[in-house]
Amino acid sequence: MTVDLTQFHAAFFEESFEALDAMEAALLKLDVGSPEPELINTIFRVAHSIKGGSATFGFSDIASFTHSLETLLDELRGGRMAVTVAVSDLLLKSVDVLRAMLRAVQAKQPIDAQRVSDLQFDLEVAIARKDEPPAAAGPAVAAAGALSQPGVGGEAAAPKPPRWRVRFHPYRELLARGNDPLRMLRELAALGELEVRVDAQMLPPLADINPQDCYLAWSLELPGEVSEEAIRQVFEWAEGDCDLTIERPACAPEGLREAGLPPQTPAATPAQPTHQAAAAQSPPPPRPEAPAKQEASVSALGDSGSIRVSVEKIDELMNTVGELVITQAMLSQLGSHFDGADAEKLRGGLAQLERNMRELQESVMRVRMLPISFVFSRFPRMVRDLAQRLGKQIELKLTGEQTELDKTVLEKIGDPLVHLVRNCIDHGIESPEARIAAGKSGEGTVHLDAYHRGGNIAVEVSDDGGGLDGERILAKARDRGLVGAGDTLTDAEVNELIFLPGFSTAEKTTDVSGRGVGMDVVRRNVKQLGGKVEVRSERGRGSRFTITLPLTLAIVDGQSVAVGTETYIVPLISIVESMQLKSTGVTRLSGHSEVLSFRGDYLPIIRLHELFGVEPRSRALHEGLVVVAEGDGRRVGLFVDDLLGQQQVVIKSLEANYGHIEGVSGATILGDGSVALILDVPGLIRAASTRAAA
Amino acid sequence: MTTDGSHQVLTFVLGNETYGVDILRVQEIRGWSAVTKIPHAPAHVLGVLNLRGSIVPIVDLRMRFALERVEYTTVTVIIVMSVSTPAGRRDFGVVVDGVSDVVDVNSAEVKPAPELGSRSATDYIRGLVSVAERMVVLLDIDRLIGRDLALSAGADGDEALAASAA
Repeated sequence: MTVDLTQFHAAFFEESFEALDAMEAALLKLDVGSPEPELINTIFRVAHSIKGGSATFGFSDIASFTHSLETLLDELRGGRMAVTVAVSDLLLKSVDVLRAMLRAVQAKQPIDAQRVSDLQFDLEVAIARKDEPPAAAGPAVAAAGALSQPGVGGEAAAPKPPRWRVRFHPYRELLARGNDPLRMLRELAALGELEVRVDAQMLPPLADINPQDCYLAWSLELPGEVSEEAIRQVFEWAEGDCDLTIERPACAPEGLREAGLPPQTPAATPAQPTHQAAAAQSPPPPRPEAPAKQEASVSALGDSGSIRVSVEKIDELMNTVGELVITQAMLSQLGSHFDGADAEKLRGGLAQLERNMRELQESVMRVRMLPISFVFSRFPRMVRDLAQRLGKQIELKLTGEQTELDKTVLEKIGDPLVHLVRNCIDHGIESPEARIAAGKSGEGTVHLDAYHRGGNIAVEVSDDGGGLDGERILAKARDRGLVGAGDTLTDAEVNELIFLPGFSTAEKTTDVSGRGVGMDVVRRNVKQLGGKVEVRSERGRGSRFTITLPLTLAIVDGQSVAVGTETYIVPLISIVESMQLKSTGVTRLSGHSEVLSFRGDYLPIIRLHELFGVEPRSRALHEGLVVVAEGDGRRVGLFVDDLLGQQQVVIKSLEANYGHIEGVSGATILGDGSVALILDVPGLIRAASTRAAA
Repeated sequence: MTTDGSHQVLTFVLGNETYGVDILRVQEIRGWSAVTKIPHAPAHVLGVLNLRGSIVPIVDLRMRFALERVEYTTVTVIIVMSVSTPAGRRDFGVVVDGVSDVVDVNSAEVKPAPELGSRSATDYIRGLVSVAERMVVLLDIDRLIGRDLALSAGADGDEALAASAA
């Protein structure tokens, strides 16, 4: 029977990437010298499950690499090797390589074999060298040795129970009875690190082989933590079709290993006499804490009662709920027109329905929300690597990791944050010497924080470095002709300059930052999410970048405006002010374009009815209203007939069935079921200027 | 599309002609209701409607075929169909004078449309078939509408903008 395994690939990749994140997080927490066993176990489990999965799916390169990795981890786990900085670096590199390999396989692209084999070689060298521990590792090994005395070991370094030895000798007809030794071995491998030796002595010459018979026997070794019951369960169906012995030697084999002897296995001894009832050879009962420990690790591994649901399904659910909200709004409108005895009851019911609807909508929205820790988790590693490379000492503080954001926003905020954090490390934090000279501690701090503010989420990246150098920024801006030689700017205006395209004051271009792409990209990305970036800086004290984001991309706070019979939604975040014009406040430039005087500035007026080809109620500016809106750093006055009200609207895609419309970011469905377009102010400004140029 | 046997076709009326589309492409049929205009759209794209939560563009087939415009009445209907475009499946509605029937069409009886001068004028016609002594024009909606949608989406601003500015 062949099963199409490709259907499981997506899940394998997804789980493996998540597992690698967990592994990386555990590695970063790992203390050199005195590692916490649970962390090593976590790391080991990840390597192990990736190895198992990749072997199953035939990704042999990954399986082979993880095998070396696993061997090294097992040495660490058994306390036979100390966790040194070099080892921890090696393991972090392995995470990177594994990730790259998985990505390559996922994209069906060739694996960077050189990089893999180099690292695999390093891993193997490290394993081989464990017997000549470096000076620093010496005491750790000694300490572990002392602790492994029975009865002394605390939780931290509980001595390992001796390993299980299993002799599995199937009868020839095993295969015919529907048993598959390979499957059983895989199951065993899933229980713990499995050592397998095959005994092929009974294999007849090729000509005599009956392909339906089983001629092989196996000697297996499993970690002592595995319960005997679990092992027996694997062989449950094979009982009666094989000779099986499961035993555990009284003394731990660790001693032998450390003495450099190969582990003694039953394979070396002649096959045991046939014992159908292997249970008669009952091994000593496992140590009482062993099963408990296993349970604990299972719960640590297991999910916290969550299920994986495709985003598509949630979107469908959101759509349906959105529809319900509209239907409910229509009913409420209708209900308000009724008279009579039952009308009051009807209205009561409708009010109740409205409350329930709102709760339902909120719950569904929450399903899409994920804690920002998904994004933050990549930073400890990044900061560690960068600090190392730049020779700086940096402490990363993460707070507010549980703040929840819409999944779509979350996916897009990662890159801007990476830019900001890199900038803080590269430009912000000074070298330890410079810091000490400035009277600060040698270790700089980068702080990532997320919190709710109003209907928005604020994400802050701050550092206690040198702050923005206003003079240098200004000099650079003058140099590039961005600022006139005679212009004087406020500090805030100077700081704003760094968001201009092509602006970088890094003295030398590093691969970290300083290529002049960065802050403007950050600002643009954040704007695309409907948010904004602000910077505050104090010379010598550090700088703070604040990104303000909407809670979700699915909903926008909007101002409804009327133009003729059409309704448009202007996102509140783009609105500066709305006002009624006096006929004197407007100047006509060169006959056609109209300009409005607003707080000492002159803003071009965009007549929405002209741009969108709609018949307005009035063409006279003083009979309508002007909404002052801002986009891409430019302000304009949008001329509309009327303001209708503020409301949260659910954003619907126009592109799904139609296409992109300049100046429109999407559409929404109003309470009466009709469609209103949501304006994209930066796009409008662009459209209007193209138009003016034409 | 089936090449043999028969398939079902939804027929509708537009002026004096009867047209047909593959029934499997039809999502739903609904009465006319006011649409929201979209800026810079080709003239025959009337606007968008809310179709159970998704925003669906509405095309006036009379205008698409350069027929005389008529007032929308209570019998004016919108047939919502799905087209496949290079960008994936898209839903859209067409305004027609009225829906007539669902008929079985034997593929063998479908005659190719005669070549009439320029090819582009007829390449959205899959063929002609006679049903109950009426000539039914079978439409290839992927070609008819899919290309329109792709065009309106691709050339978004500038051309339409220039047109509206002129």
